[in-house]
Order: sequence, then structure tokens, then C-alpha cells
Amino acid sequence: MSTPTVTTSYAGPDGHHGDGLLAPGGSPRRPGALAASATFGWRAMLKIKHDPKQLTDVIAIPVLFTVLFTYIFGGTVGGTPGHYLTTLLPGTLVMGITACTMYGGARLAQDMTTGVFDRFRSLAVWRGALVLGGLLSDAGRYLLAAAIVVSLGVVIGYRPGGGAPGVIAAMALVIAFGLSLSWLWAATALLVRNPATVMSLGLVVTIPPTFASNIFVEPRTMPGWLQAFVRVNPISHVAEAARDLMNNTGGAGGPVIWSLVATAAITVVFAPLTLHLYGKQE
Amino acid sequence: MTHDSPAIEARGLVKAYGEVRALDGVDLTVRRGQVFGFLGPNGAGKTTTIRILATLARADGGTARVLGFDVATQRTAIRARVAVTGQFASLDDDLTGYENLVVLGRLRGLSRAASRRRADELLAAFDLAGAAGRPVGGYSGGMRRRLDIGAGLIVTPDLLFLDEPTTGMDPRSQSQVWDLVRRIAAAGTTVLLTTQHLEEADRLAGQIAVIDQGRIVAEGTSAELKARVGSGTLHVRLVDGEQRSPARAVLAGALDGRVHLGADARTLSVLLAAPTDPVDTGRLVGHAMTRLSDARVAVAEIALGQPSLHEAFLALTGHPAGPAAADPEDAHP
Repeated sequence: MSTPTVTTSYAGPDGHHGDGLLAPGGSPRRPGALAASATFGWRAMLKIKHDPKQLTDVIAIPVLFTVLFTYIFGGTVGGTPGHYLTTLLPGTLVMGITACTMYGGARLAQDMTTGVFDRFRSLAVWRGALVLGGLLSDAGRYLLAAAIVVSLGVVIGYRPGGGAPGVIAAMALVIAFGLSLSWLWAATALLVRNPATVMSLGLVVTIPPTFASNIFVEPRTMPGWLQAFVRVNPISHVAEAARDLMNNTGGAGGPVIWSLVATAAITVVFAPLTLHLYGKQE
Repeated sequence: MTHDSPAIEARGLVKAYGEVRALDGVDLTVRRGQVFGFLGPNGAGKTTTIRILATLARADGGTARVLGFDVATQRTAIRARVAVTGQFASLDDDLTGYENLVVLGRLRGLSRAASRRRADELLAAFDLAGAAGRPVGGYSGGMRRRLDIGAGLIVTPDLLFLDEPTTGMDPRSQSQVWDLVRRIAAAGTTVLLTTQHLEEADRLAGQIAVIDQGRIVAEGTSAELKARVGSGTLHVRLVDGEQRSPARAVLAGALDGRVHLGADARTLSVLLAAPTDPVDTGRLVGHAMTRLSDARVAVAEIALGQPSLHEAFLALTGHPAGPAAADPEDAHP
């Protein structure tokens, strides 16, 4: 190791330092909420750059779901691949994104187990910045997952009747829904403080409503109580809305509105709860 | 404004973690512009106090003002003026040293260009320029600690909390950090430094508070504390452990000090009362050695040193500074 600068260049007690140890001048202004969130989003991107394995979830889950469910359930839906993909692929999109949402919460819980969380909390930045920054990077991850589902679908024979505008609108809707779930998992992370617990809770909570929806089968064949659940299940509405938009079968009708209502409702509950829980951390 | 107020003014701070009372009424006043040493064993409440003062934890009782701002109600004002460097380096392991500093620079409100420039400056000043592009996870303990302290200096704070900055460091890194602390203080930043070592507090701090089991048990300048603790400690190692009890009796009679039996059955130590003239210390020790020879006790080794924290605690609190039964600082999530 070379001679350490810190011991060779001793500055006098007059407070003048030409060696960069102490910054001259006063404190800069406190960063705004959005600037701080963008910095945390950039930090998340840097982490992905150094550890691209972090993208495994948003690549593997969409690929697996699209291929597996198309060939497993495709036959029961009936017809040629092109035909049943019309029904199934928009649902796979919703399912794929939903299954990726808890990873952001798990990463927040991971941050909380290290000293870096204390360092961030010791800064004079808006308390929601770390979580919102994580959501910004989640938005990018969900976009990647959505693009994989749709491209793979097109490769195996899906032809969206709604064209590019329909597909883009559906992707935006599903990503917005995914981000509302991101708030839910952020709040969960702040409560349980353990990445593994966030993941298992995430699976337990998302798997039943994903299957008890209209993604794979018509609710007509289900018992009455389950049909009732499927009708109020937000995942059913989002899947139906994605179908309408991608296939141009219903336009921006009821399912789209209900999806937006569900997205807004989940966000309105869990975003303030997340901020409250973040402020209470010790 | 608030510039006339002390850097830290805490009254009756109480913090409980379940059954454990980590802080049991801590009073602390730290003047601006000084290095203040906060001395105590593991689990005494040092880290808990710092977490409350740095607004990372809330007190269950008592009040505290930091740089004139209330820790309960004016957290943002405190956070903008204070930096904390933890006992465990708080850095992103998967980011490089440079990226860690740039991210924190942006969060301190520096522009993109300014935070890059500041990161380069600090990496050079802390002798880390060569490792700037490597992920922090691969840094040595000393490198991490230097980067961690550097991260606290991105914007010069009015008050810097250094929580056991040299724990686990080799002597060379330790003296580098000591040098840094002196320079930071010389530039006008108030430093509150926690340590388990009397020597460290003695070298750096003008004022020292000793904390034990959540209470301040002594406070004063290094010289004042030493006068209470004694001038030093005589460590004696015997050839034969069988002779320890006669040796103990002889030393207790010859030296007016408390005799402490070491963990090794052949060792014992005596806390020497401070003589009016330091020159007399040698005479006292010589006299004690003569008495040991007269009693036919064979001495293998003697050493005269500063009292250890253990011994200082014995003198100040009347009980040894064992690690607390439960350690709320380590148990803290």
C-alpha cells in the first residue's frame, strides 16, 4: 500500500485544508423529495448493474409462465395456439407482473438488515424517498417483464387485435397495478423486517387470487362462493381489462375503470401506511 | 440563532428495550468545538445514546437538544447538520467506493458534478483512490472504516458522531483515524466519540463522560478522571501461582491501592493512588518489589501502565466493567 495521505499531510489548526478532507463552504440545500427518490432509484439501478442476477425474477418468471401455462392450459381453452393465446396471454401478463412484485419489498427488508438503512435514515431527505426510489426501479423491472411476456407471446403465435396502442395501454395498466402491490410489499417489509418473510408472505397472498380469477378458466365452472370471489378479485378485473385493451374487444370499458379504481385504492391505503411505518422505524 | 447553544444538551434520557433499561437517565452536555469522549464497556448505552441524539431512535423519557434543535420535534434540522459513523460500516457492499460516495453526495444535496468531485477528493484524502472502482464488499475492514468516515464528511457536519471508530483496527489504521479526528475537530466540527479504551479517550478528548449500565458514572477532563482513577496500574506476574495470596497481602500493605486478581492464576494488579509528585511512583513500586523479595515471593514480570478500562471502572463504579448481562446494543435490529 502506498503512504497514506491522511498521515502525511497534516493540516494546521487554522481550519485551512487543501487536501480535500473537509469540504469548504456551508451546507447545500436539502434535496427535494423527487430528486432524493431519483437518487435512490439510480442506486437500485447501480445495484442491478453490479449484480445482474437481480433480474432473474423478472426474466425467468414471465418466460416460465408464458410457455408453461400456454401449453398446459391452452388445450382446455381450446382451438389453435393463436386462438387460445388471445384469451390467455393478457392474463399471463398480469400473473407474471404480480408474481414479481414482492421482490422489491424483499430488497427493502434486505436494506433494513444492514447499516446502510440507518445511514439513509440519518439524512435530511423525505422519508418516502428510499421506497419511492425502489418503486422507480420496480417500474423499469416490470416493463422488462411485460415486454418479455408480450414478445414471447408474439413469437409463439399471439396477434394483438388492439395493435401497438392496445398493447402499450395494457402494459401501462398492468405495471400501474404492479406498483400498487409494490407499496403493499414495502409496508410488509417495514413491518416484518425480514426478506425471506416478505417473499413467503408474498407467495401466500398472491397465489390464491391469481388462480381464483378469470385468467385460466371461465368462472362459470366454479362453485358459487368462488364465483363471487372471482368477481370482486382485482386480478380478474385487471386481466379482463388487459384482454379488452390488447385484443381491442371492449376498449376502455368497465374492466379498465375497475382496474384503475383497484390500483388507486391499494395505493391510497398502502402508500401512506408505508410512509407512516418508515417514520416509526428505530 | 442557535449558535450559542451547546452541541448536545441531554437531560434524563431513558430508553428501554423490553426488560432491559439501556439508558436509565442520561445527562450529557457537550460544548461546541470540542472532541467529547464517551467511554464505556459493551452494552453500557453508548450506541443507544448516539442513536437517540442522531434521531435514529426515540427516547422513552427525558429531553435532548442537538445544536439547539429538539430531537423529538426538529429531526430534519438535526439531520441536515449531523453525520453518524456507525460501529458497523454502513455502506452498500455491491456498489463501488466511488458510487457509495456519489449517491450520498446527491442525498446531501450536492449537484451531480459536485458530488462526483467530492467523491474523488475524499477517496484521495482517505488513500482509497486505487480502490475507488471496486465494490465495497471486497474492501478490508480498515478500508471500509475509512470510507465510512469519509461518507460522514461529504458535507462538513457541525457535529460528527463516531461510534467506536477504531474497534478492531490495527495500530497503524488506529493512529490514522486518531489523526483524522484531530483534524476534523481543528476545523471546527464538534466530535462525539465513543470508545471502550481509556487511552483513546485520553489521547483525543478534552472532556470525557464514563457510562455504565445506562448511567453516566463520571465526567470530567482526562486529568480529572485519572486523578480519581489513580496514576497507573502495577501489573505483576509471579513465577508460582501458589504465592499469589501472600503476594496480594504484601502489595496491599506496601501500596495504598486496590489489588485485583487476574484471570491467570499467577497475575495480579494494583491500582496506584495518584501521588502528589509523579516522581514518587517509581519509589513506591521499588519499595513494593523489595517487600515482595523479603517475603520470598518470586516475580517473573512487572509492568507499570495506564489503568485499563476494567480497572478504571473498578475505581469509578466500585464494580468490574463486565459486559452487561443482556446487550441491547448488539441485540438491536
